[in-house]
Amino acid sequence: MSNVPAELRYTKSHEWVRVLPDGSLQIGITDHAQAALGDLVFVEVPEAGRQLSAGDACAVVESVKAASDVYAPVGGEVIAGNELLATQPELINQDPYGQGWILRLQADVDPDSAGLLDAAAYGELSAAGH
Amino acid sequence: MLAPEPVIFELSRPGRTTPAQQPPAAAAALPEQFRRRQPAALPEVSELQVVRHYTRLSQLNYSIDTRFYPLGSCTMKYNPKVCNALALLPGFLARHPLAPAATGQGLLACLFELQELLAAVTGMAGVSLTPMAGAQGEFAGVAMIRAYHRARGDHARNEILVPDAAHGTNPATATMCGMKVRELASRPDGDLDLDALDAALSPATAGIMLTNPSTLGVFERNIVEVARRVHAAGGLLYYDGANLNAILGRVRPGDMGFDVIHVNLHKTFSTPHGGGGPGAGAVGVGERLLPFLPVPIVGRDGGCYRWLDERDLPQSIGRLSAFMGNTGILLRAWVYLRILGAAGLRRVAEYSTLNANYLLARLTEAGFEPACSGRRASHEFIVTLRRQARELGVTAMDFAKRLLDYGYHAPTTYFPLLVPECLLIEPTETETREELDGFVEALAAIQREAATDPELVRGAPHSLPVRRLDDVRAARQLDLAWRPAAR
Repeated sequence: MSNVPAELRYTKSHEWVRVLPDGSLQIGITDHAQAALGDLVFVEVPEAGRQLSAGDACAVVESVKAASDVYAPVGGEVIAGNELLATQPELINQDPYGQGWILRLQADVDPDSAGLLDAAAYGELSAAGH
Repeated sequence: MLAPEPVIFELSRPGRTTPAQQPPAAAAALPEQFRRRQPAALPEVSELQVVRHYTRLSQLNYSIDTRFYPLGSCTMKYNPKVCNALALLPGFLARHPLAPAATGQGLLACLFELQELLAAVTGMAGVSLTPMAGAQGEFAGVAMIRAYHRARGDHARNEILVPDAAHGTNPATATMCGMKVRELASRPDGDLDLDALDAALSPATAGIMLTNPSTLGVFERNIVEVARRVHAAGGLLYYDGANLNAILGRVRPGDMGFDVIHVNLHKTFSTPHGGGGPGAGAVGVGERLLPFLPVPIVGRDGGCYRWLDERDLPQSIGRLSAFMGNTGILLRAWVYLRILGAAGLRRVAEYSTLNANYLLARLTEAGFEPACSGRRASHEFIVTLRRQARELGVTAMDFAKRLLDYGYHAPTTYFPLLVPECLLIEPTETETREELDGFVEALAAIQREAATDPELVRGAPHSLPVRRLDDVRAARQLDLAWRPAAR
């Protein structure tokens, strides 16, 4: 059973969203997603300043099985990408909700009204094998 | 068990040489400043060592000429040797590409007829043979879609729709052509989700790229309705010919409503496949795209054949190669089509489909789970090993690696991406029932091993010169060049 922290919000496409104390958002992919992808070998993160709309492909995660896009859960401006991932893509496998974060975003909408899933709803979705 | 073969540099000993490595007399005429000062870092080996090295490597090779090769969506079928033999006739081999058309009417007649045959098989109005690979054919196809919209002043159309089950080359092609890719969801039964299609269609839609039968190994039953809706929205339909083998002579992409198609001659029409080429990705188009075909094309004026170029097709997307694509490869496809004829092509589709459904039925009996249950397979099908992965901790990759020990090339693994722990299996029409039975028995045996001795399967292969590779480390620490150790 994959780990779904209760305090985070989620998307159907397996991103997680954490609201940081300064109101910005930290974003990554879920434990379920990293397990399905397998060992990551390459991660491309967005550069600071990039404007994203909700649903835009904003990062790429590549494992030995597949390369997948990561989608922006909400629109906004990228504050930072996690530079550590360039040399240590395995951080996403080891610590998907911590050191394996992918980007920070200054959202241009309230994340509470962005249609994100709570942990219970995402847990059901991922357990159903989606 | 086959022994591993060292890199030829590891056989090298200082001073050992062969006559072929001695500088030819002509080298003495080279001006001093152009001569190499240090000896080239070549392996120093005897002629016999070279012969043995490469002969042993060739014995390690696995090919359709040695064993079963069920690589789904790649159509690794047997190519009759006669296709090769005839393409090697000296009249073809010795012809210079710049020789005048008047001295090569035989070759041009073959290519013209190949264009006509491919147009007839696919239901298209015209064909260009110049693309030198499937990927180049795809590029040509989407470039023609772009050229069509631009010629109409329809500059806002910059989106290509691609289903989630598509070959990875499809989104790559669209991106190469400057298009934005919009992904479409498939339904669990493998058909395209028509509601998702409606939601994606817009005045920005340039076209849609589809493979039918799809990469899920099933026929897209809504194709006529998909074509109607895409056309109504002003878009064009692109047919990826990867799975054409399943429908040859039975149903034509042109009749389904497609406007452009690329045909992998190396998958469907008996030309060499794999190893990076030489390939051939002929493109066919409906009436609307005829002016945009890449050149050269072979035309016929009266009884004479000639090259059609930019003067004949001023709106052409241009040239994709210096000459006429890989002409020798095209000849093999022409021979294949002439040998089979219309009845033979229908048999190709029937037997490739029959073989796939036979394998699917037997593997289902043996306890493997079909990905699209209730759907009949086309020429290929998917089984998912998610149950085995969950209950036994033995993955699709473990099964694939263990198959190598049983003497089989593994099927395609982990593709398409939307089916977990999958094997995509394509037997093709050229296998016997005994061969298919042997493959089922091997997979059934591995299934028993996975239950009783999972470590054996997880550690496979055990009998090959190279054991399980650390593919994660290989991808993370790219090391693509072998360097001789410092001497």
